[in-house]
Amino acid sequence: MLRSKTSRWAAAPYLVWMGVFIVVPLVIVIYYAMTNADGTFTLDNLAQIGRYSSVFARSLILAAEATVICLILAFPVGYTLSRLRANKQHIMLMLVMLPMWMNFLLRTYAWMTLLENNGLINRLFGLFGVGPFHMINTAGAVVLGMVYNYLPYMILPLYTAMTKIDDSIVEAAQDLGCNTGKILLRILIPLSGPGIATGITMVFVPSVSTFIISRMLGGGSNLLIGDLIELQFLGNSYNLNLGSAMSLVLMVIVLVLMSFTSSFDESEMEGVM
Amino acid sequence: MNENLIVSLKDIVVEFDGEKVLDGLSLDIHDKEFVTFLGPSGCGKTTTLRVIAGFITPKSGNVFFDGKDIADLPPYKRQVNTVFQKYALFPHLNVFENVAFALRLKKLPEEEIKSKVLRMLEIVGLKGYERRHVNQLSGGQQQRVAIARSLINQPRVLLLDEPLGALDLKLRKQMQLELKRLQRELNITFIYVTHDQEEALTMSDTVVVMNGGKIQQIGTPEDIYNEPCNPFVARFIGDSNIIDGVMLKDYLVSFGGSEFKCVDKGFKRDESVQVVIRPEDVEIVPPEQGALVGRVRDVIFKGVHFEMHVDMEGYEWIIHSTQASKPGELVGMNIGPDEIHIMSRSEV
Repeated sequence: MLRSKTSRWAAAPYLVWMGVFIVVPLVIVIYYAMTNADGTFTLDNLAQIGRYSSVFARSLILAAEATVICLILAFPVGYTLSRLRANKQHIMLMLVMLPMWMNFLLRTYAWMTLLENNGLINRLFGLFGVGPFHMINTAGAVVLGMVYNYLPYMILPLYTAMTKIDDSIVEAAQDLGCNTGKILLRILIPLSGPGIATGITMVFVPSVSTFIISRMLGGGSNLLIGDLIELQFLGNSYNLNLGSAMSLVLMVIVLVLMSFTSSFDESEMEGVM
Repeated sequence: MNENLIVSLKDIVVEFDGEKVLDGLSLDIHDKEFVTFLGPSGCGKTTTLRVIAGFITPKSGNVFFDGKDIADLPPYKRQVNTVFQKYALFPHLNVFENVAFALRLKKLPEEEIKSKVLRMLEIVGLKGYERRHVNQLSGGQQQRVAIARSLINQPRVLLLDEPLGALDLKLRKQMQLELKRLQRELNITFIYVTHDQEEALTMSDTVVVMNGGKIQQIGTPEDIYNEPCNPFVARFIGDSNIIDGVMLKDYLVSFGGSEFKCVDKGFKRDESVQVVIRPEDVEIVPPEQGALVGRVRDVIFKGVHFEMHVDMEGYEWIIHSTQASKPGELVGMNIGPDEIHIMSRSEV
């Protein structure tokens, strides 16, 4: 155990890092959001955001859809993983994380070729005489991209929470009258609360702010906040001040949403403690 | 006795990874009895309990409950409840909700749940603990919650899987008596698993001694202790001296070079047998008065008695005596007819 004085110093490098690379940039973002091109104070940038409310709404809805799908897919996987023997758990965990070792862009490009109108999936359907289906450049393709890329971030925290649930607790619930559905509702979901909360945060936050996935799989018609912000900095409509204002609003929305999840997390933790 | 059977196991075989854990086990358990499965770890006692609870489906064989085959019935439909080894309390619920769990599943009215839970907590001595979180309780209190939780459904049979294993000796003794009292008051069947022979002898009406997935002996604690049917049971239940002997005729056995009167009969003339003598049943006398003579190896003080190891023709006897002899001293040993138990070799 480090003495408290020593441990305070041990955190110093990160505090410096945080100051230089997080707090200072944040202040700069706030400064740009509150000024116009001449550097005078204005709230115009923030006021303009109302015009983009449909983009904000789409981002939030698609990210929420992706999060819910991830949760539904990851829950049984996390539980199954947590019940395996230790050596099998390690192998399976590696398989879960394997896609993360490949470049994010490459993975998303791969989906483009798969989903194209004359892509692999449609050609496969063609063999059976169905299709072709229009899949690329749809909202569904964007959600698929989010789920594919961020699923491991949901599986891992759920798995971690579930390894702490002893088999005998599940057996005790069975013994006292729970069928499978009731075990899920009354035991597994409440006891994996912290993992659920972490997983939601880790999938929702990157999903809501992504711009690569929507650009590659969503075409031009599924613009998300991330794309909009990127346009302000790198695109034709170069406008640092508006871009900063958008980032700021997005950040506030995410913070508010996450405070709900963490309050859920805490109330569950209270039960566990 | 046959009409009041509650649980019957017939030729149960359970395999894990191709290894037989239960090997054709058959057992009848009578209603309202305190039955203990006793044996070393890995003997199949917990597996047998889990077969009755429904957590393990046997590879072959039948489980009868109240005369009906329940092999295909899932645990939550069986009229048995289990107290788990590590308590397995629900960590997200407080004491009241843990105990109320089964009643909530049945969607009983709130008033009824409340009165039943409070009464059950009173029975197990946890009145006033309703709002506590289970992790704020001591081991003994957690154990009581686990017992209350499993009794709330009024099961016909309560299964207890080494429930006192994690408690310290004093608390364990107290809980043993309480469990026995509880079983008598509730007037239901308790099936108790333990590897502690003293615990088994203290609490049980019937003891089932198991080893290697098979039942070695079934009987009252007195039977098991006084008349073990094979060397395994004799060694497992308390210390014992097991000596090779020859049954000269009915009521007369020879071992250690002397002849002894005994109470066993029905063996063949000059049949080779094993003789079981409990350490406390050997009387120490001066060497010239003893039927057998040996030399004291060492003496250990055990509180109530001394444990002496006495060497006699290469066999080391264990003797419990309230009077200590000195190491190196020659002592005589006498054994009364009632204290000699003969096991035939065919039962080995």
